[in-house]
Amino acid sequence: MSEMTYLQAISDGLRQEMRRDKRVFVIGEDVGVYGGAFKVTLGFQEEFGPWRVIDAPLSETAILGGCTGAGIMGMRPVAEMQFADFISCAWDHLVTVAAKQRWRAGTPVPITVRLPSGGGFSGGPFHSQNPESSFAHIPGLKVICPATPEDAKGLLATAIQDPNPCLYFEHKHLYRRLKADVPEERYETPFGKARIHREGDDLSVITWGAMVHTAAEAAQQLEGEGISVEIVDLRTLIPWDKQAVLQSVSKTSKALVLHEDTHTGGFGGEIAATIAEEAFEDLDAPIKRIAAPDTPVPFSPPLEKAYIPQVDDVAKGIKELAEY
Amino acid sequence: MAIAREAEPVGSMHEVREAGLDHEDLLAAYRNMLITRGIEERGHILYKQGKIPGSFYTGRGNEAASVGVATAMGGDDVGTPLHRDMGVHVTRGVEPWRIFAQYMGRADGPTHGRDGNVHMADSRLGLLAMVSHLPAMLPVAVGCALAFRIREEKRVAVGWFGEGASARGDTHEAMNLAGVRKLPVLFICDNNQWAYSTPTYLEYATEHVADRAEAYGFEGVVVDGNDLLAVYREAKRAIEKARAGGGPTLIECLTLRMEGHAVHDDAFYVPKDMFERWAANDPIERFRDWLRVNAGLSDEQEDEITAGVKKLLNEALQRAEESPMPDASSLREGVFATPEDLDTPHHK
Repeated sequence: MSEMTYLQAISDGLRQEMRRDKRVFVIGEDVGVYGGAFKVTLGFQEEFGPWRVIDAPLSETAILGGCTGAGIMGMRPVAEMQFADFISCAWDHLVTVAAKQRWRAGTPVPITVRLPSGGGFSGGPFHSQNPESSFAHIPGLKVICPATPEDAKGLLATAIQDPNPCLYFEHKHLYRRLKADVPEERYETPFGKARIHREGDDLSVITWGAMVHTAAEAAQQLEGEGISVEIVDLRTLIPWDKQAVLQSVSKTSKALVLHEDTHTGGFGGEIAATIAEEAFEDLDAPIKRIAAPDTPVPFSPPLEKAYIPQVDDVAKGIKELAEY
Repeated sequence: MAIAREAEPVGSMHEVREAGLDHEDLLAAYRNMLITRGIEERGHILYKQGKIPGSFYTGRGNEAASVGVATAMGGDDVGTPLHRDMGVHVTRGVEPWRIFAQYMGRADGPTHGRDGNVHMADSRLGLLAMVSHLPAMLPVAVGCALAFRIREEKRVAVGWFGEGASARGDTHEAMNLAGVRKLPVLFICDNNQWAYSTPTYLEYATEHVADRAEAYGFEGVVVDGNDLLAVYREAKRAIEKARAGGGPTLIECLTLRMEGHAVHDDAFYVPKDMFERWAANDPIERFRDWLRVNAGLSDEQEDEITAGVKKLLNEALQRAEESPMPDASSLREGVFATPEDLDTPHHK
């Protein structure tokens, strides 16, 4: 074990994969000489050379389309979107070509797209979004949202070796805030297997990414008040661990679905609907959802604070649900 | 003012030999053009018989451009042909019965009924299936070339697009990245002068689409798309250049779409005399005339080839009609690939 930040864990996982598998290469804007906007690939070009750590022009479609072509030709490309927000420029490619090629033409597209996502640092409307739900709706794409350094490393290895287009959302606000022990050796963390971040009996918070930690802080606060909160970290949205969610809800009988993405059409709606369909008899309260309001992500700190679910918001929601 | 080089026609057998084609190659190219047109003519009949669901698209008039480029490709090269490029599939060796099965949404079509028309490819033949969003496959072709460059393989990727799709950003991004990285890729523009009902002067303001190549740092060539030999020679040159590390080339094959955008479209907006002019310049008849004068194609040989193509297509049609419709229970299969699916000639 070695102590690493969330960012170092991503970097470590990627480096290990590149060392053991010559098919893996990195392409993105400023990933080479500069080491990436967030320095995930710092020093990579020195180690792997300019044809495995490729500085691309500002061309998200060419980057991802290029990954698809290279992936079909036997490579294992890892693209970096400088910010997850810029994936919109390559939406067409991902959704039209990459997502459908296996199903309709029998040609797998083994690519990984790294997406620095999320807010909390005044990035404004175009550097803070959490677009995971948009892609979870598209058949053929896998959606990965690690919440811890250990998962960040293990899920990245799994994504790179997976034969499908994998969208790997790395939460920027966790990059340097989160530090934990991470195994030094290579390992793969399986997709579709949720993690119980905290065990509890009174209610289940189902969430992913940075909100796992917001929920954990709220749960910690409420422990003194005698409320026992279970936190289910989904880890991956596609595929998502329905069984683990239903199991937790059948134990606690109350469910709170929490995400940083906006409310309407967010993936939380899918989870809530599934609980309602399949665990209705287990419920002692209506399912509660906490999410960002249906607005763009604001820039100014008080506005952003009102936008991103805060520890107090989550604590209030948990309390209301516990008291129901 | 044109910037791209305007390719000269190919005249003599001597020039053809220099370009690397022998007598057999010439007859094979002629046969592939006939198969290409024959498949699409029979497709029209199937459509009228109500056997093709949805709409139906052909590439009539584009046979020389598609067969010419595909003939110049090497066995290990790859490509992303479009709906006017049936000749590429034929030249790379697709079995025509599978195309008919594809048209009719049968289980034995390359997409097993999951997609229609020319939205298909046999990856074993080095081809990748197109999508409707044009030119979405150009960046993919560039990515294939990127893989070849990273691994230092002497292989070339060929990406097709139309003059209509040249207006979209994918074209720019693909060509710019290919130019910057000097990748082994050919961009083939099937300029058939009509993007559905929109004429070229409403699609781009330069004289030629190929004029843009200069802006991306590589050569642009305009070639008579109805001249199989000229198309072949230019494609061959460009492929060898790319293979040798010389980077991309943009080749614009100028032709006319001889039918509507699809079967539902009677192309009323295309001036009649334009059709007449290009019909008199039909790529297949033109090549046959050339073969008669320059390669000693006799009546007997011609009859033999024509009869062979007819037999092939009749049998193909019958086999395709025997192919079952897909089983609805298979709908949910294969949305996601498994590691075993990567066992293809390319993914290894």
